[in-house]
Amino acid sequence: MEATTMTDEHEHYEAVVVGAGPGGAAAAATLARNGVETVVLERGVDAGSKNVTGGLIYAEESAPYTIDGLLPGFREHASERPVTDYYIHNIAGERVKTFDITRGHERDTEWADAVLRRKMDSWMAERVHELTRETGGGLLTGVKVNGLLREDSEGRVRPSDASSGEQSDPRDGEIVGVTCEELDPIEADFIVAADGVNSELARAAGLMDWEEPEEWFQGVKAVVDMPGDAINERFGIDDDEGEAHLFSGDLYDGVRGGGFLYTNESSLCIGNVFHLDSIVAEEAEVQDLLDALLTHPLLAQWLGEEYNEREYSAKLVPDSKKAANPSPHEGRLVLVGDAGGQMQAQGPIIKGMNHAVTAGALAAEAFVEARSRGKPNTAGERYEQRLHDEGVMAKLRPMRYEIASAAGENDITTNLAERLLDSPLGRAGVRAADTAGLLGQAYGSPYLATMMPDTKTPYVTLPTIIAEELGTRVADDTTIEPPSLGERIGELTYDTDVGNPHIVLEDDSVEASGAAVTACPVSAEGFGGGCYREETVQSNGDEERVVSLDTQPCVECGTCAIVADTQWEHPRGGKGVEFREG
Amino acid sequence: MHTVTLTKGVPDFREGQVSFDEDGHLERGNTPTVMNPNDKHALRTALQTKVRHGGRLSVMSMGPPGYGDVLGEAMESVYADELYLLSDRELAASDTWATAITIATGLQKLDETPDLVFAGFKTADGETGHTGPQACWCLDWPIITHVIALDVNEDEGTVRAKRLVEGDIEEIETVKAPMPAFVVADPEFEPTYRTAGDRLTLKDLRAETRERAKNHEEHLTTWDHADLNLDPDYIGLDGSPTIVSSVDPIPKAPAEREATMVNPGDEDGMNEVFDAMAAHAGGER
Repeated sequence: MEATTMTDEHEHYEAVVVGAGPGGAAAAATLARNGVETVVLERGVDAGSKNVTGGLIYAEESAPYTIDGLLPGFREHASERPVTDYYIHNIAGERVKTFDITRGHERDTEWADAVLRRKMDSWMAERVHELTRETGGGLLTGVKVNGLLREDSEGRVRPSDASSGEQSDPRDGEIVGVTCEELDPIEADFIVAADGVNSELARAAGLMDWEEPEEWFQGVKAVVDMPGDAINERFGIDDDEGEAHLFSGDLYDGVRGGGFLYTNESSLCIGNVFHLDSIVAEEAEVQDLLDALLTHPLLAQWLGEEYNEREYSAKLVPDSKKAANPSPHEGRLVLVGDAGGQMQAQGPIIKGMNHAVTAGALAAEAFVEARSRGKPNTAGERYEQRLHDEGVMAKLRPMRYEIASAAGENDITTNLAERLLDSPLGRAGVRAADTAGLLGQAYGSPYLATMMPDTKTPYVTLPTIIAEELGTRVADDTTIEPPSLGERIGELTYDTDVGNPHIVLEDDSVEASGAAVTACPVSAEGFGGGCYREETVQSNGDEERVVSLDTQPCVECGTCAIVADTQWEHPRGGKGVEFREG
Repeated sequence: MHTVTLTKGVPDFREGQVSFDEDGHLERGNTPTVMNPNDKHALRTALQTKVRHGGRLSVMSMGPPGYGDVLGEAMESVYADELYLLSDRELAASDTWATAITIATGLQKLDETPDLVFAGFKTADGETGHTGPQACWCLDWPIITHVIALDVNEDEGTVRAKRLVEGDIEEIETVKAPMPAFVVADPEFEPTYRTAGDRLTLKDLRAETRERAKNHEEHLTTWDHADLNLDPDYIGLDGSPTIVSSVDPIPKAPAEREATMVNPGDEDGMNEVFDAMAAHAGGER
């Protein structure tokens, strides 16, 4: 009478899409249009409540799919302002040298719009539900998929996940479906893992790991309330125009990365993206680095005197050059978007959602094609092939970078470049290059950007020297006071999953997990209200420093999965942090 | 499949809503009427049945014309298709006996005999728990009470249920009955929607009902005693053998401790609170 998980008869759909972000939406819409019975499972209380973006979404001219092509009406209903002007600011103290990189931005760009994920994803989810419902499936929110269903050689179907601790290898057997927290297991012929940067499915399949900080960036963002009129006036734009600004130089205490500012309809997105290994190495307090940008005098002209932060958020960003899985599939399972590390972040270029859209649609097409040939099990291989054929993999893992990084990302080359740049000769070269217009061209060049080494030189040293040699002093004074970390946490919405902590600290030594205290965007040294804190414990007269954890204020960014020794999963459906802006 | 859920409007007993006169009598005129909170168990059972088996879901109540809004509320929570209100001056002041006769007559008048009738656990005002079973007795149908799980076999025309049996030890009994039948859900009943298919059906129903509930009057049928062909001598006050001789207010427990209000923004006040708490911090009282 009561449903149990032990029966052999599982609910079945042709396709299960896990996650209703842009990758999942693109996959589901494409599957549904091809008549594939598709169910979409989203763990947030609403689509878009679990992720954040910087964020711009691109429609590339060279891409086979764009989001407005797949979901007509996207730009009218789901996005904010288009990017009509793009600038990069090199900063040294109060000196700033700005380059207009609009032309470089426009290369291969059909359009690029600022977006807020809650609005964008929940609009897409409604369209996707309509499309998939017609196939006999549909979209459900508040359902967390927590593992894979596998069939062993004797035909027994059972749940398996990496953390189940079973005797036999949990990865034995063919993937035939998914297991869920809120539903009984579901079998499917095709499973799209579009479950984000901390994909539990990618982990369960052993396709991604969260080991090396070098493979990741961390983004921290504030959504700042500002009436549309004020945006128009302060940026000198009309309602149908928008701006993007990037910031780099010496304002981040040497941490490798940069800042951004995008204009929405009636808010601004302001934040930073840093290499995670650099955050760890410099023991940087990322919320303070956000404040360093917000309170820089350059921003005073835009922020005015009243600062009202709508939302503080953070997100882990895979560095596709290193993290993109070149073969993102196993059996019936394919990885799409962040779940497969498909996030291109290189120099001033930050593109993720467009690649997720393309990958989602390609994965869906691969299944449709495989099914029509009577070989549904070949969908994964076909998807991988299409990623290469359509040039997606070349954008995610550019060959130019692989060659350049081999030469450029070592201490000798870096030290040489640093010393040369900082010498009178190097500084003269910077001035000469600007006179010749080369610097502006270089910043707008996608070729140079993909070759940029992940060292201090392009992120910190070069911008600082450019600003010192060529910049002008910003006259404005900043008057705003960003909220404290405690206030920021207090403003966030949580439906805490009481009694079910989703992160467990495996090793509480400072050596293993201490980096989380500073790198976690809702923790700080000397701050008691965050996730991670350092404590002194007395045992047998000895004093020991240990790390302790309280997951209540967790924003589920995934940083600690990499920098600390933890065991993690996501909160149950509808639980945990709920982003209202994203 | 056609199911009917019985519901009743009761005074909103929540703090701040309910109003009593100085003798402790309920002032109905100053207290809003809401759907009997205990009916939610019946509604949940009905909704689960509709999600799993489809079909028509009607909600029926007896009461003054103002109960239409209560039925609208029920429509929204159970995604009902139709609403029936048995309403007439002649029905006023009915006890559970007269109400049961009226309800049973209403159920018989429906164009399609219900397969299942879900009655509430008990009302928040009368708390008798009689009306459902008495209405069932009038119809001579089987009734299953204290239901915690339900399974309908449409082909067989039967309903199988697990019910809680309270005794020296709590037992769970599984029973089966032919339909039509009455079902009274226990407060322990928890609906389960463990398949994507069920949840998608729920989502469809929610979307459909959102539109329908805006104009719930259009889906409301009102029958008076003439429509039901009931003799006024057997309904309402005249048909009610129960006599309530008196009502005594339950005295409030006197508070022994003094309370002081402190604004959390008041630093001195908060310090006093902390000082007062600190004295007991060792676990003493």
